[in-house]
This record gives sequence, C-alpha cells and structure tokens, in this order.
Amino acid sequence: MTTATPTTPETAAAPLLEVRDVAKHFGNVSAITGINAKVKAGEITCILGDNGAGKSTLIKILSGVHQPSEGEMLVDGVPTVFTSPRDARAVGIATVFQDLATVPLMSVWRNFFLGSEPEKGRGPLRRMDVKKAQGIMREEMAKMGIDVRDPDQPVGTLSGGERQAVSIARAVYFGAKVLILDEPTSALGVKQSGVVLRYLVQARERGVGVIFITHNPHHAYPVGDRFIVLNRGKVIGSWAKGEIDRQELVQLMSGGAELEALSHELEQATGESPLPSQAVLPTSENPLPPGIE
Amino acid sequence: MSTVDDRRGQVGRLTSLGRRPEVGAAIAVVVVGVFFAFQSSTFLTLDGIANWTDVASTIAIPAVAVALLMIGGEFDLSAGVMTGTAGLTMGILGTEVGLNIWLAIAITLAFAATIGFLNGYMVQRTKLPSFIVTLATFFMLQGINLGVTKAIVGGVIVGGIDKAPGYDLAHSIFAGTFWSPHDFQLSLVWWVVLAAIGSWVLTRTRIGNWIFAVGGDAEAARNTGVPVDRVKIGLFMTTATLAALTGIMIALRLGSMQAGQGVGEEFQYIIVAVVGGCLLTGGFGSVIGSSLGAVIVGMAFIGIQFAGWNTDWRFLFLGLILLIAVLVNNYIRRAAEGAKS
Repeated sequence: MTTATPTTPETAAAPLLEVRDVAKHFGNVSAITGINAKVKAGEITCILGDNGAGKSTLIKILSGVHQPSEGEMLVDGVPTVFTSPRDARAVGIATVFQDLATVPLMSVWRNFFLGSEPEKGRGPLRRMDVKKAQGIMREEMAKMGIDVRDPDQPVGTLSGGERQAVSIARAVYFGAKVLILDEPTSALGVKQSGVVLRYLVQARERGVGVIFITHNPHHAYPVGDRFIVLNRGKVIGSWAKGEIDRQELVQLMSGGAELEALSHELEQATGESPLPSQAVLPTSENPLPPGIE
Repeated sequence: MSTVDDRRGQVGRLTSLGRRPEVGAAIAVVVVGVFFAFQSSTFLTLDGIANWTDVASTIAIPAVAVALLMIGGEFDLSAGVMTGTAGLTMGILGTEVGLNIWLAIAITLAFAATIGFLNGYMVQRTKLPSFIVTLATFFMLQGINLGVTKAIVGGVIVGGIDKAPGYDLAHSIFAGTFWSPHDFQLSLVWWVVLAAIGSWVLTRTRIGNWIFAVGGDAEAARNTGVPVDRVKIGLFMTTATLAALTGIMIALRLGSMQAGQGVGEEFQYIIVAVVGGCLLTGGFGSVIGSSLGAVIVGMAFIGIQFAGWNTDWRFLFLGLILLIAVLVNNYIRRAAEGAKS
C-alpha cells in the first residue's frame, strides 16, 4: 500500500507532516517550545500528555488554527505556512474534534456530506444527489466495519464510538492524508474506546497518517507506531513502537518522579497527622474564623 | 445497542414515518376537519373550503419562511408587524408619492429584505438571542408604522391604493380570485407554490442541508465549512420578504392598509411552524408541516364561525393546539436523540 514501514523509521519518502523546533508563545507564556515531530503515511503517531502539557496548542498549530511563533512546518518535505484551518484542509490535513463534528438531529448521510454535498442538475434545479450520497456513505461506513442499514437514521441515535467513526470515515473519504484526532476516546466507555481504536487502525491500513492525541497510555500503546510524550510544553521523549514498553509509558505519562513524590507526601501526611494540613484550607480561602461554622 | 438494530430491521417503515416532523400535524388536520364537518354542513363544501384556505394562506405564506428560520435555529418576532410595514410602504409609495404600484411593490420587497438583513446581521454579529433582537425590531416597526403613517397621511389608514397606477394588474395577480362561483383566493396558489419551493429547498438542496445544520449545531456546521452567518442572514431576509409579500397581498385586496396591521400575527406563524413539527431549539422541522399547521388554524377560525360559536374561542383553541404540539414534538425529539444514552 505505502512505502512506510513502522520498523525502519528512516525510509526514503518524506514524512507527510513534520514540525521542526516549533514553539508558540501567548504573550509572556510559552505554551510549547522546541517541538519536533514527524507523521508518516500508514502510521499512527500518538501524542501523549497530561492536561496543560501543550497538546491542544500543538494540534491547533498542525490544523492551522494557530501559527507557530518559532520553527517551521513541512508538508511532504516542503516548508509550509498555514494561515487558516482551510489551508490545512486543502493539503489534506483533517481534524476530528471530540464532540463538535456531527449534528445529532441530522441523518447519517446528511452529516457525512455536510459542507461538501454532491449535486446534480443545472441552474435553479441544482439539487443534492441523495442516492449517490447515501450509497457512498454506506460504502465508506462499511469499510470502517459499520453496516448502516437506514441512511436516514439520525446521528444522535448512534453510539459515541459510531459517531466518531462517521467523522473519521468522512475525513478519509474527502481525501485526508493526515487525520488529527483530538482525544477521541476521552468521553467514551471502555468498550466504545476499543471500537474507536479499531477505526484508527482501519484508517492507518488505508494509508492515512494518523495523529492520535490522548492522555491515556493504555489507549495509545496498543495502536501507536510512534509515541511522543509532552510535559509542560516540551517533548520529554519520542519512541518508536518496541523502543518503549507500556509500563514505561504509563510512568512517563503520570510524570513518574512527580507521582512518586506525591505518594511520599501523602504517606507522610496521613502517617503523621492529616488534620493540620486540611485545616489550612478554609482559613486561606475563606477569611471567616472557623468558629462561625 | 444491538437490540435497537434488530427492531429497526422489523419496523423500518413505521420508524421512518414516525421520524417525519409533519406526521402529528397531518393527523390533526384530519381530526379537526372531521370535527368541524360535523358541526357545519357548509364546512366541506367548495365555498367553505375557499373560506378557510383564504384564512390559512395569509398565515401559511410567511410561515414557510418562519419554519425555515426556526429549523435554522432562530426566531423572527418582527414578521407579523412586517406585513403591516410592507402594506403601508407600498400604499404610501403608490398614493402619496404617486409611484406605479409595481415599482412600489419592488421597493417594498427590497426594503423588507434590508430589514431582514439587519435582523440577521445583528443576531450573528452580537450573538444575542434572535428573540430579543427581533423583539426590538418588532416594536421599532410598530412605532414607525403608526408614527410615519400619521405624519404623512394624517390618520392611521392609508387608503386609495386601488387608484394607484398599475393597480388592476397587480390586484389580479396578488389578490385575485379563481374558480368563479366559489371564489378561491389566488393567495392559495401562491401558498402552494411557495410551500413546494420551500420544501424542495429544505429537503433536496445543499442549502437545505446547511439550514438543518446551522440550527442543529452551528459549531459543528462551521467546523465542516458551512457558511453559518450567510445561511442565517439569508433566512432572516427570506422571512421578512415573505411577510412583506403577505402584507402587499392584503393591502392590494383591501385597497387600504391600517397602521396596526399584523401586530400579533408573528405568534400565529410560530404556532403553525411548531404545530407542523419545527423544534423551538432548531435543527428539525418541515415546511409542509407548517402549511398543515396553517390549515388547522384556518379550519378552526372558520369552523368556529360556521358552527355559530363565539369567535373568541379560537384563541383558546390556538393555545391548546400549541400545547399539544409542543408535548408531542418533545416526545419525538427524545425518541430521535435519546437512544444514545
């Protein structure tokens, strides 16, 4: 299908998308600094990080919402500047936002083609080609492993995972080479998350470069070909599959050392006397003397 | 989840029928029609039908656009008073200014579209609820209708429109009758044509897809590249224009226009749209449904009169119909959206 093979990272083909030393400042605050990352066709690149690690800033740069303050972006090896999300979409970078991608009351086929409806007829008789739209939608959903028996079914009646699948199938059908998924599993249950992960793999099998943003290493590990871990706006490590095991990833994600220090602290607090540290809170936040309550 | 799939396979036809927004209104048309047919022997004669389709058409024409606007997630409370503004504008241009009535009609429609544009632009620009913005427009227009009419004409009625140049042809096109002994109003033809166009645009064109999307979830629509502002402003312009067309029809038929015309009508447009299956929150509804809603209102107004009851009862009837419709629509919406949880 594609030349990229996960085991040999340095293949001849240029990566679909690459960022070099990218930084973004908002006034005095540096949201991210010195970010390097590559996305290759037929690979899933997982970007992991806790809240505030800079994941969303990075996505917004990749999808053209923000422009980087420093560094450069390369699309197919060519330095490129996106001035709007439309520019990113034009070169085949599609972003699937967590819950803002489908209209619940509209049918599956209407959602699938929203904004890019196929048309037939001329002049005032120009109209949507409903048959064609429904046919393509069923076909594309079938490739994701979903049998849509009733194309008029409202998207709102689908499960959360299936709704993500509609967004993913739509992006792939409209020629996405790079698919950015922003926390696609965070609002889903265990089973549904598994379903979405399967769709990610389906998209990879079809040669799409997938960027999977998550804070859950258990979701990233089974599907990822490359793992980039962010912390406080910096890349703290980048590994290909096989260079890191699940345990290490979990450790890194939870900020290993920090977590250890925390558990230490908790032990001490509970061991010595938990009460004084609690009593500090109401007085610092609320000037009322404790006696009033 | 799989249980839902199985059931869908079995009762597919019934489910897809129940998913249509206008089903409730269609049933209500039959019930109300049969009820009044028993109350009055003239109700279902051609003369009777000509009567209640006349009442229905002046509500249904603006309601075509009001339904589209509601599906697009917005309200227009100024649509009722706009019928008065349009009739007065055309009347003053045709009489006091002395323009040809056709030119007066063209200017009036353009003026209405401009008001609609301002409504839509304000709503999209300020992000205020359209309920508030168009309520302000409503009162401003009401004030202008009275103030300007009194200042120019010296009273609250613009008369003598039937003496304006070009009136006869305009009257026969916008306010004529057909089918001689029964005298059906031509507004019925306008209604059928406009409802057919509106319904076709909504369900079959990409603009219609965008209307559903901007009302269902404007943010999602914007993310997929739908020009949300343009769609919504266009809907406000259509609403004002069709309300103005109705006002022009009324003024041409009567040959005069009162400055208080149309106040309160906006709620009837909204009621028939809601009865026809439009959700107050947008994203769901039908043009055909709003026309069926208008049929129900027309039948009730005339039926109550034919039955010899006090016509004040019609407001009670309107309120009841609205309440029942909202309850039924709420239930349908839960059924359409609820299966996910």
